[in-house]
Amino acid sequence: MRSMLLVLLLACSLPVFADEARPLADDPVIEQRMVDLASDLRCLVCQNESLAGSHAELAEDLRREIRSLMKQGKSDKEVISYLTTRYGDFVLYRPPFKPVTYLLWLGPLIFLGIGLGVWYATLKKRRAMPDQTVDGTQIAAAAKLLDENL
Amino acid sequence: MKRWLPLILFTLLSAVLYVGLHLNPREVPSPFIGKPAPAFTLPTVEHPDKTFSPAQMQGKVWLLNVWAPWCVACRQEHESLLQIAQMGLVPLVGLNWKDKGREATALLAQSGDPYLACAEDLSGMVGIDYGVTGTPETYVIDKRGLVRMKHIGPIDAEAWENKFMPLIKELNR
Repeated sequence: MRSMLLVLLLACSLPVFADEARPLADDPVIEQRMVDLASDLRCLVCQNESLAGSHAELAEDLRREIRSLMKQGKSDKEVISYLTTRYGDFVLYRPPFKPVTYLLWLGPLIFLGIGLGVWYATLKKRRAMPDQTVDGTQIAAAAKLLDENL
Repeated sequence: MKRWLPLILFTLLSAVLYVGLHLNPREVPSPFIGKPAPAFTLPTVEHPDKTFSPAQMQGKVWLLNVWAPWCVACRQEHESLLQIAQMGLVPLVGLNWKDKGREATALLAQSGDPYLACAEDLSGMVGIDYGVTGTPETYVIDKRGLVRMKHIGPIDAEAWENKFMPLIKELNR
């Protein structure tokens, strides 16, 4: 009897949860698109969180706005330009490739180039060094040192 | 030279990190600088039957101050705003952002109203159109309706003297 009651109670509580989740599950396709897009966008309030994962009020407003833009049939590109005209490229976790960001995008390649250059120069210098000749007395001295340590 | 290279590199790195320490990540550059201030028409807090829209300020240099009654930093700023209003150098327009409790009317009546008009942005959509990330934020808008500066955080004496005053004087010339 008791377990029956529990099941009945649980059954009653189900619709409550379903009701709360409805706005999210309204249109699963748009929801998925919104989440995919918003994961690559920065929340302006908690700057290390994505717009998809943030609980900040502004993030909620912006997610709602993205949803409604998508429902109006706007493409991902149009949604992103809606956000960048208001908040600038700062909202993008993947900054666009343009003159201001050349150093950002090409910096790692430049550093790799410098590293390769240093590596090449070192190898070249090493190769240019004459082979050292070792005579018998030096080998004997080395062997003696090794023996002592053992 | 070779011996000094590590020291030189270390000094350079330290300098970069030191400068980085003093950068404020909240100071997000606004994409609106030099662009027209977004248009809107909203009822005002003072007279809910009247509306405010930026077009009414055409030909004037003015400040748009985004604030909210729930914002603690805005209360700190309130005193400076009253002083600025008293100076009469520049008209101050408020944007009451996402005031769900509708507290602005009472608050302004109680602690003084520095605004020529304070627009009521309940949904927060106008704030989003201006790229507001948090309150308080203040925009300087010129005679042609272009945004010339965005100040993030409360206006203190230093910001007023060094950032606002010179710009407002220049724009009014």
